[in-house]
Amino acid sequence: MILSEADIGAIGLTLRLATTVTILLLIIGTPIAWWLARTQSWLKGPVAAVVALPLVLPPTVLGFYLLIAMGPSGFIGEFTQSLGLGTLPFTFGGLVFASVIYSMPFVVQPLHNAMVAIGNRPLEVAATLRAGPIDRFFSVVLPLAKPGFITASILGFAHTVGEFGVILMIGGNIPDETRVVSVQVYDHVESLEYAQAHSLSALLVIFSFFVLLALYASQRKSSLAIGGGMPR
Amino acid sequence: MTANTRATHSIIEPNLPNTLQVNFTLTSSQQITYLDIDTRIPAKGVTAIYGHSGSGKTSLLRCIAGLEKAPNGSLAIHKDDWQATWQDSNIFLPVHKRPIGYVFQEASLFAHLNAEKNLRYAIKRADKKVTQEFYQRVIAVMGINDILERYPNQLSGGERQRIAIARALLIQPRLLLMDEPLAALDHQRKQEILPYLEKLQQSFDIPILYVSHSMDEVARLADHIVVLDQGKVIAEGKLTDVFSRIDLPQRLEDESGVILTGKVVEKDSQWNLMRIAFADHSIWIPDSGETLEQTVRTRILAKDVSLSLTQHEDTSIVNRLPVKVVAINADTDNAMALVRLKMGGEFLVAKMTQKSVYHLNLSQGTIVWAQVKSVALVR
Repeated sequence: MILSEADIGAIGLTLRLATTVTILLLIIGTPIAWWLARTQSWLKGPVAAVVALPLVLPPTVLGFYLLIAMGPSGFIGEFTQSLGLGTLPFTFGGLVFASVIYSMPFVVQPLHNAMVAIGNRPLEVAATLRAGPIDRFFSVVLPLAKPGFITASILGFAHTVGEFGVILMIGGNIPDETRVVSVQVYDHVESLEYAQAHSLSALLVIFSFFVLLALYASQRKSSLAIGGGMPR
Repeated sequence: MTANTRATHSIIEPNLPNTLQVNFTLTSSQQITYLDIDTRIPAKGVTAIYGHSGSGKTSLLRCIAGLEKAPNGSLAIHKDDWQATWQDSNIFLPVHKRPIGYVFQEASLFAHLNAEKNLRYAIKRADKKVTQEFYQRVIAVMGINDILERYPNQLSGGERQRIAIARALLIQPRLLLMDEPLAALDHQRKQEILPYLEKLQQSFDIPILYVSHSMDEVARLADHIVVLDQGKVIAEGKLTDVFSRIDLPQRLEDESGVILTGKVVEKDSQWNLMRIAFADHSIWIPDSGETLEQTVRTRILAKDVSLSLTQHEDTSIVNRLPVKVVAINADTDNAMALVRLKMGGEFLVAKMTQKSVYHLNLSQGTIVWAQVKSVALVR
């Protein structure tokens, strides 16, 4: 296995990106999923659709709009400039932002499904046991939705690792800043360094296989323990 | 929960002690009223809320718990030493602030916690500190000491329900609401858990509202009864008063009968019988091992009582009692009639054909012999 310093840098960057995005998505996605699971508002449909958009859009389309929005005259760009942060494209921060949008459905949907599967009854029971709304969320919803959180974390992480189109659109190819593994493989192939492309690609295949293996193992275990609550 | 003494317009004077003042109207989206209740429910002893499925009994219980929000409803509780308004035009106390315990129809244990941690969930949030002594008493009464380590999916339906009842007790409610706690269990499990429910009412001085569609459970457990039919209260009062009425809707007629509380006063070992004495009369029933002087509750169904004008000696029926006809309801649209009979200070109800009423020339005041074919010992 021949891994250059640049390869190792790309792997490190990818892991850093995926970890950051997964943590952010769990924080952002949990209230969104909970709201979607409980609300009767007419906004439920539109919000669910917007969250799911990245599932169907070509990454280049998403990346294109994000590039414009985060650019100097885009609304996100103007906001970040007013905070004195400059603009996001071609920075690690920009990648994180875009990846959060792009991987959102892979985190929100398993959480949403797990929360719907809990049903109303455990919450009613908790209420009759003097648990207020916040207490109910932490003492009943979170533990009962645990399998959903595991699935959401794995999927969110893996999907961010597998990103290419969006990153190329808004991140470009800056070593240690935006050059993740998928872009590095592309670079190797472009420069006909097939051996190095092989090493990195094989690494990704093996990684992906074990991630999915872990996912299915955790689903089997939790469906045995709690009985369902798994996403699609 | 501190005593709430605020007076509101919706409470009708005088405030009788130990009652729940209930006023709810629930309408479905199709504008069909399925609950229309304005009454006082005893908040002492065990009160059964009885009715067939769809009669609104569970909805009523959910309204009392606050799990269902009836618009413009009102709910206040008056006990000897405290009172509180849980709902009126200004207040809607959320479920978790009402001093109630609730036992749901099906197993409602938290799946991610074992039995003991389910109990701890309640202890942590209880209205007052749970003493070790109280905890041990709850465990003992519900007989759950050996299953505390298990998770809900390792417990039988009856065991889960016993844990759920213990959990509701540990919150130390001022009112315990039970929504058909036995309905999801098979016959054998029901018989297994009924003694625990009896012990529950004897051991803890908590008023219980017990929703059920099973007359057997009601006869066994309740002191008072509220009968619901199509969302309305059609009868309420002491158990035996209500079921000796002969004017209930026909669909409840099969349940017509009386519940009599008596004492075992004599045993006949030759024939394996025991004599149960009521206020003025006594009957013989098969000896099922009760001890002398033990108080028992019996149920005599109307269809098991027949009448004759003279005291037959040549009959297989052991229990023949002189009674007086006090009312006849031949108003039903089928061939049957219900006859209410006075037996000293108590009542019996007999069911017979309208033809028999005519041939025996029964009318108010007629003295007849009631032949009681079967007596169920409910407790």
